[in-house]
Amino acid sequence: MLLGFLAGLGRAVLRACQEVGGLALFALEALSHLVRPPFHGRQFLRHFIEVAYFSLPVVALTALFTGMVLALQSYTGFARFNAQSAVASVVALSVTRELGPVLAGLMVAGRIGAAMAAELGTMRVTDQIDALTTLSTDPMKYLVAPRLLAATLALPLLVLVADIIGVMGGYLVGTAKLGFVSAAFLDSTWDVLETMDVVSGLVKAAVFGFVIALMGCWCGYRSRGGAQGVGMATTSAVVLASILILALDYVVTEAFFAQ
Amino acid sequence: MTLTVTLEGVCKSFAGKTVLEGVDIAVPASSSLVVLGGSGSGKSVMLKCILGLITPDAGRILIDGRDVAAMSRRERAALMDRIGMLFQNGALFDSLPVWENVCFKLLAQKRITRRGARDKAAEVLAQVGLAASVGDLSPAELSGGMQKWVALARAVAAAPDLLFFDEPTTGLDPIMGAVIDGLIVDCVQRLGATAISITHDMASARRIGQRAAMIYKGRIVWDGPAASLGQTGNAMVDQFARGEREGPISMELRR
Ligand SMILES: Nc1ncnc2c1ncn2[C@@H]1O[C@H](COP(=O)(O)OP(=O)(O)OP(=O)(O)O)[C@@H](O)[C@H]1O
Ligand SMILES: [Mg+2]
Repeated sequence: MLLGFLAGLGRAVLRACQEVGGLALFALEALSHLVRPPFHGRQFLRHFIEVAYFSLPVVALTALFTGMVLALQSYTGFARFNAQSAVASVVALSVTRELGPVLAGLMVAGRIGAAMAAELGTMRVTDQIDALTTLSTDPMKYLVAPRLLAATLALPLLVLVADIIGVMGGYLVGTAKLGFVSAAFLDSTWDVLETMDVVSGLVKAAVFGFVIALMGCWCGYRSRGGAQGVGMATTSAVVLASILILALDYVVTEAFFAQ
Repeated sequence: MTLTVTLEGVCKSFAGKTVLEGVDIAVPASSSLVVLGGSGSGKSVMLKCILGLITPDAGRILIDGRDVAAMSRRERAALMDRIGMLFQNGALFDSLPVWENVCFKLLAQKRITRRGARDKAAEVLAQVGLAASVGDLSPAELSGGMQKWVALARAVAAAPDLLFFDEPTTGLDPIMGAVIDGLIVDCVQRLGATAISITHDMASARRIGQRAAMIYKGRIVWDGPAASLGQTGNAMVDQFARGEREGPISMELRR
């Protein structure tokens, strides 16, 4: 029985290695198409607008409420230590370094990652991906590469907006409800923020964008088995992207701030 | 310049389920072959193997005398430029309007500009008997038969040398079907293309095929002139062609 268990475990590990290897090859091939012509600029533009522009409302609302809640929470917490004056810095730092990129990433994973997996999955099960090949078009180049690039470039833009709106949310609550003086709040925000805080957040965003598109494309591209298969691909794209976002968040933070 | 297609002992199985068990067939240049066979007998899989969309487990596929599996990426792309394929379900790109679908290959090869593509699409659509206004619709707005029709226009738009049709006339009304048959014959005779078609319709098989082959249990069990379908002397083929319930095929199934 123990032997059976070990054999099963071994098989699972081998399977996992195979999958990871497959994913790496998939990513490398897609990236290689970004430097080899012909390029599909029209496709890139379509996806860039989809990610950057049409995700704005969702991301902005998320950031706004996060900033507002953060101000409120940190105020009530810090009041116990008479440290209310730190509210502005806490909002600015947490939004730019952590919450902006992570929450925007998770929202976009739900929106864009799912859409990509569903679209590519449907194209796969209806033979549209095979049809591309017969029409002198490399599906990796036409479908996957533009999506990867679009998401990787669009997410930092989105997060920049999220940063601004998040801090603004904290400022609104701080001045309107918690009795901070407007100028003082802004001053301490500026004072505490360093370039590195914002930059690390934007780098995180680019990484998350890449991961979201990669998971969406990978799951969709290899889906099979009709509507059910597409549904499964969509679910796993969102779940995998979300988990990877949280895991990579730690990795990038470690890389930036662990001295 | 036309292409020959040769299959030598092509085998394919999916997860333990054998579909092709050694398919041998040779299609000479500028000829038209019809492939017959029951549902699920592996006809579509065979076409996808020839196109390189599915890798066969064993056997060789030669196009123009050259092994497809041994080709480099570039050679394969050059070969694809000369191939047209109609998928069984049409496989139109639903994110693109009909005119862009029809001219997709020409645009991909940069043989026309986007501006010229609309006119070209109207021309190709007219060739298969569709109005130019269809070009501005999206595939989802078309009926099933019309989608098939547009997919056919897309397959022939780039004037390929080698054509594959997976059930070109299923889902079409009889008159439409006859028009499509005529178009396929025209492609073979006028353009000198080589064509391999799959069909379940005997009348259409006799019209488009010079030769016919029947696939059964993963092998080609018969091939001969398409005109003789129905009185070939091969019990299996005749039963299939006449659509009779009694015969060697049903007995095999019952056992
Ligand atoms: N990707 C795949 N994965 C697993 N099995 C497959 C796959 N593609 C085809 N098959 C199996 O191969 C067999 C042959 O399929 P194929 O589509 O070639 O049939 P067909 O001859 O074209 O039938 P029809 O006339 O209904 O189109 C089927 O039993 C199918 O289950
Ligand atoms: Mg089929």
